[in-house]
Amino acid sequence: MKHNNMLAMILAGGRGSRLHELTNKVAKPAVSYGGKYRIIDFPLSNCANSGIDVVGVLTQYESILLNSYVAAGRRWGLDARESGVYVLPPREKADSNLDVYRGTADAISQNIDFVDTYDPEYVLILSGDHIYKMNYAKMLEEHKAHNADATIAVIQVPMKEASRFGIMNTDDEGRIVEFEEKPEHPKSNLASMGIYIFNWKLLRKMLVADMKLAESSHDFGKDIIPALLADGKNLHAYTFKGYWKDVGTIDSLWEANMDLLDAHNELDLSDRTWKIYTEDVNALPQYIGPSANINRAFITQGCMVDGEVKNSVLFTGAKVSPGAKIIDSVLMPGVEVEEGAVITRALVANGVKIGKDAVVGSADSEHIELVSKRVKGVE
Amino acid sequence: MAKAFGIVNFAGNHVRVNGLQDHRPVAAFSFLGRYRIVDFPISNMSNSGIDHIQVYARRKPRSLNDHIGTGRHYNINSKSGRLRMLFSMAGDTHNLYNNDIASFYDNLECIEVETAPYVVIAPSYMIYCQNYNELIESHIASDADITMLYHTVDNAKEAFLNCNVLNLNKQKGILSMEPNHGTAKTRNISMDTYVMKKELFINLIHKAKKISSLYTLADVINHECGELDIRGVSHRGYFAAISDFKSYFNANMSLIDIKTARSLFNPDWPIYTRTNDSAPTHYYDSAKVHNCVISNGCTIEGTVEHSVLGRGVTIKEGAVVKNCVVLSGSVIGKDIHVENMVVDRNAKLIHVSEICAEESDPKYIERGDTL
Repeated sequence: MKHNNMLAMILAGGRGSRLHELTNKVAKPAVSYGGKYRIIDFPLSNCANSGIDVVGVLTQYESILLNSYVAAGRRWGLDARESGVYVLPPREKADSNLDVYRGTADAISQNIDFVDTYDPEYVLILSGDHIYKMNYAKMLEEHKAHNADATIAVIQVPMKEASRFGIMNTDDEGRIVEFEEKPEHPKSNLASMGIYIFNWKLLRKMLVADMKLAESSHDFGKDIIPALLADGKNLHAYTFKGYWKDVGTIDSLWEANMDLLDAHNELDLSDRTWKIYTEDVNALPQYIGPSANINRAFITQGCMVDGEVKNSVLFTGAKVSPGAKIIDSVLMPGVEVEEGAVITRALVANGVKIGKDAVVGSADSEHIELVSKRVKGVE
Repeated sequence: MAKAFGIVNFAGNHVRVNGLQDHRPVAAFSFLGRYRIVDFPISNMSNSGIDHIQVYARRKPRSLNDHIGTGRHYNINSKSGRLRMLFSMAGDTHNLYNNDIASFYDNLECIEVETAPYVVIAPSYMIYCQNYNELIESHIASDADITMLYHTVDNAKEAFLNCNVLNLNKQKGILSMEPNHGTAKTRNISMDTYVMKKELFINLIHKAKKISSLYTLADVINHECGELDIRGVSHRGYFAAISDFKSYFNANMSLIDIKTARSLFNPDWPIYTRTNDSAPTHYYDSAKVHNCVISNGCTIEGTVEHSVLGRGVTIKEGAVVKNCVVLSGSVIGKDIHVENMVVDRNAKLIHVSEICAEESDPKYIERGDTL
């Protein structure tokens, strides 16, 4: 806490049901991305790189894997003496019998005691399911410079897509004058990224009040932000420029992986000044065999490739046998593709085996095919 | 509680890898892209449940120290276990006096304080996997004074030169040791790996000191062959000694073959190394890669054949890399052709268009050089 007096809370309870079988057993923040990462590596690495020492991770849905993953705080270097990553699932307390988080704000309300032990001046609220690199220290500087009560990170989205987002309408100084959730006729294209900095004293007061409201949905976007605006508080919009992706669907998760294949992709995972840290797996280096043919691919350690890989992303331990073809596809960790199989425009889930000469997906499909069960070979 | 503590010994004067060794000890050499040679003995010990490990550094310890760090990546309990580096006090200048016995003698109090009754000593210039627990058990069962590991090879005429050769009797008792001068094809190469009681080890250090200041551990054990019951245990699986430049090149090349690699790497016997948090490797549309071992963090636009690439290597468009070991951070520029080379860390090959050596005689490009 010595750095900047700001504590981070990551909301990681979401199920991500539009990711179908991918989130049957793991919460969305724990879904694999980019060859070797999980989505939650991004906010956690951003925290580490921004000099934030204490991070609470609020988990709920299918949290066993996520809890054990996040608890190893040293993966992100968050294990110094006054630093740590703390898993905060809902718990029964003496004065209440709540055992679920009823909303994003409620998840923080139920952990007021945790935040209080660190006595921070600022609290940063993050979402555990977005892919982006951001320096939260800069956002805090702007928050302080504008003497704001709360600062909300926004990103400019194409005007025609603005009605899918929570839109902030601001004055010339960046002060938020109005917030509209998914407006039919948006007045601006500044979409909320679900990243907030609050002065803790104020937020604490708001949360305690919100908890008592029977009609509240206990949500930052629906309840807390409108209440602050109604009180005439100084809410500032911090404009973020760069790569930002909410991977809510199979198509968007596939797309986010494909983005990495661009030579000048905005996310730039090889930037040494802003590394994204993740689990350290024991794996051999990549073995590229004599009959391999690789063009436009993102491949990580533990992979063995002796077939054709075009325009695809291969995750840890993926195996492609001779004669197999992987085109415009994503192979999640441990996927094995046997000889002669052809995979096109598909996302193959963790550990799935694709048998000999099997054909999966097609080049002209509207959506990306999710393959989550073993595909038998052709006899 | 492990029955033994571990010692990772440094390479003696018989080991000389031209080029690479000017910059770091053999233990810290990059190997097969993502490993360092010292990862093998330390992982063998860690996997065998040995959690007190002393790594001896003879000179130029910087890169070894960087790599080992806190030792957390070797899967050793950070409280009850201990991985420490110990340094030779003789300094850089005295080549002959700066031997392993002198180093053990300088650090005798660290050896005496170990509570395990046995010691396993392994070299940091050899690559192999071995369950030391099994070795300790067979040592105890045999009632021998010292158990040594050896590997029978049939290319001793041209390889393993200057490594020690064991002369064994029919009962696998060791009669003597001598340097391999390449006079016979089939030889039992000493793997410089010993199991013995801690007390005997300490006695041998004192004895060696008394006989000659130049005596190494191997010398004093050879001297004791008549007195002590020293047994050999034959090792199976992959084995390489990095004792000169050619053997470094060949060992890397041999493991490009996946079948050979499987004789070294076993999923149940992980080789730990320090993570660098590099992104996966980016293969561009123009990439042509066959028969290679590639580390993370590389950017490949050109052609790479039968080579090993370390972390963060850049191969520009039109470049052709064949039969090479390229260490981390190096750049092979546009249209540059490199063949049969070891390219040391952070070298930039961007001006000279042809940098080729004969297959039988690979050459070395200095660390950080721009050509």
